[in-house]
Amino acid sequence: MRWRASRVVTLLGVAVLFPVVLSAQAPPRAIAFDTPNDAGGSITVTWPRVDGNGTTNHLVYVATAEAGPYNLAAEVKGKGAVLSDDPGNYGRGEEQDATHFVHVSDFTTADGRQPLDNDVTYFIRVAASKDGMEARGAITSAMAEANFINWAKTNNFVIGTALSLIILVSISLARRKEMFIRRIAGLEAIDEALGRATEMGKAVLFVHGLREMDKISTIAAVNILGQVARKTAQYDTLLKVASYDPVVMSVSQETVKEAYLEVGRPDAYNEDHIFVAGTDQFSYAAAVEGMMVRERPAAHIMMGYFYAESLLLAETGSQTGAIQIAGTDAFTQLPFFVTTCDYTLMGEELYAASAYLSREPRMLGSLKGQDIGKAFLIAALLFGSLLATAGMPFITHALAAH
Amino acid sequence: MFLTRTMPTLLAFLFGAVAVIIYYVPHTVAQEIERELSLWLRILYAFAYFLGLYSILNLHWNRISRREGGWAYSGVAIASFLVMSFFVVYNDGAGPFAPQATAGGYQWMFTYIHVACSSTMFSMLAFYIASAAYRTFRARSSDAAILLVAAIILMVGRVPVGRAISDFFPEAAAWLMEVPNLAAKRGIMLGVSLGAIATSLRIIFGIERSYLGGGEE
Repeated sequence: MRWRASRVVTLLGVAVLFPVVLSAQAPPRAIAFDTPNDAGGSITVTWPRVDGNGTTNHLVYVATAEAGPYNLAAEVKGKGAVLSDDPGNYGRGEEQDATHFVHVSDFTTADGRQPLDNDVTYFIRVAASKDGMEARGAITSAMAEANFINWAKTNNFVIGTALSLIILVSISLARRKEMFIRRIAGLEAIDEALGRATEMGKAVLFVHGLREMDKISTIAAVNILGQVARKTAQYDTLLKVASYDPVVMSVSQETVKEAYLEVGRPDAYNEDHIFVAGTDQFSYAAAVEGMMVRERPAAHIMMGYFYAESLLLAETGSQTGAIQIAGTDAFTQLPFFVTTCDYTLMGEELYAASAYLSREPRMLGSLKGQDIGKAFLIAALLFGSLLATAGMPFITHALAAH
Repeated sequence: MFLTRTMPTLLAFLFGAVAVIIYYVPHTVAQEIERELSLWLRILYAFAYFLGLYSILNLHWNRISRREGGWAYSGVAIASFLVMSFFVVYNDGAGPFAPQATAGGYQWMFTYIHVACSSTMFSMLAFYIASAAYRTFRARSSDAAILLVAAIILMVGRVPVGRAISDFFPEAAAWLMEVPNLAAKRGIMLGVSLGAIATSLRIIFGIERSYLGGGEE
């Protein structure tokens, strides 16, 4: 009985003194340092992982002087994030799994939130908080700095550089020897479509898609337009270009004009045939559909990035009986083009089109480089899948985007 | 020649290289350059919109003056532009220099005419999908037959009645989306990324000049 009483007293004592015990036993050992790979204005604070049910919160205080006052900068509830959650900045491993972190970019003052300045030393302490009691750890200090290189993107840089080198070497080799490029049916069909339009004495309608001039798919579309315009100029076929964006229209006008000049047909060029049909998605679709139905062009060439208007345009075009060739890197729209168009350029074929049509050796060399790069990627995928299956995710981690 | 070929090629190289470098440099200087470039782009776009406006009005005016087929629609387009412009300038009585009013004629026409018309166009997609699907799913080849079977499984698996019939349908539908569909999608994306790199290199190094209107030198 006496034994039981002593145990009850002990338990009561533990319950009453728990915050003191917390305060005495759990002050987090925090480390602070400049957040890597950022533009500055941020300090990373780390402390050892807290195991258990995650009822202990952590409060991060910041001061501009060691003596304080310390202002609350961040509150991390429960277990919080661990370093291995951000492998791009902090890597992977047991140590990273056992360390919490938080990015501190500002702190609370009487005047509101104040951002951290670069190149200023800040003093930081982390407190473990439970049931209203805090156990404050030792003071540490750090300085936020703007970094010149984002090392988290090293893998991206290495892979990008390697692929670029492969493409550039292929371009260089293409000058010396002839390269075999597989036949792309959709591009072979462009000649057929233009020939058909010429025979029928009808126009060719070129549609760019809905993206602006700074997007690579639109640049690819304009490159194809240049090649198409040369041929329409040679065949003396009417070419109409319906743009969505005024900048794309202006660039297209110059592209077509230059193409007509190059083949010696400046007289056939008419600026009014390259126009803005609408600058709103469905207004544009309605305008182009109207043109397809009323003017009945013999060929519709739709190249670029498309959204929901893809099916509206392609299905209407299909009902007019025109030969339709589409090319897009918008994989969500590809099924619509495949079902409604005579030929569809899928993904990379859109980017290959200009080089393929020009038959210029250096351009074809870039296509060869693209294919070699793809072969390397396929090999990496297969090898990486095998290693990951065997519990060695080295390649998976090396190729991860950060 | 310098202004039409060499200068644009040099600019393409310069800005292309700067854009690549900025991607790997998080420093505030790099961010400021990026901000400055995007500001130039916005200014360029603002001027280009005048060209776009001229182009669209010119297109419709020519159709009306030549009495081309459907010229009445062009009349509606120009009339709509004039009416909308009037209400934008009127700005619910506040005038053209005040912030755009959240009520009034312009907002009313935008909400009850423009949005309604856009929604009508969008809703037509359902019928277009049906007619396109009908043509595609006529099982005239083995490819079309496979597509038809996959589509039926997917459609049945995505509606409540599919699970009521059998658990096979939702599970098979999920497998179709997560395995063959995702694999194809990622394959396309890999090809697109490589194509984008190759196109960018061709432009940055002046190999691709079709966008300048010419090809080889």
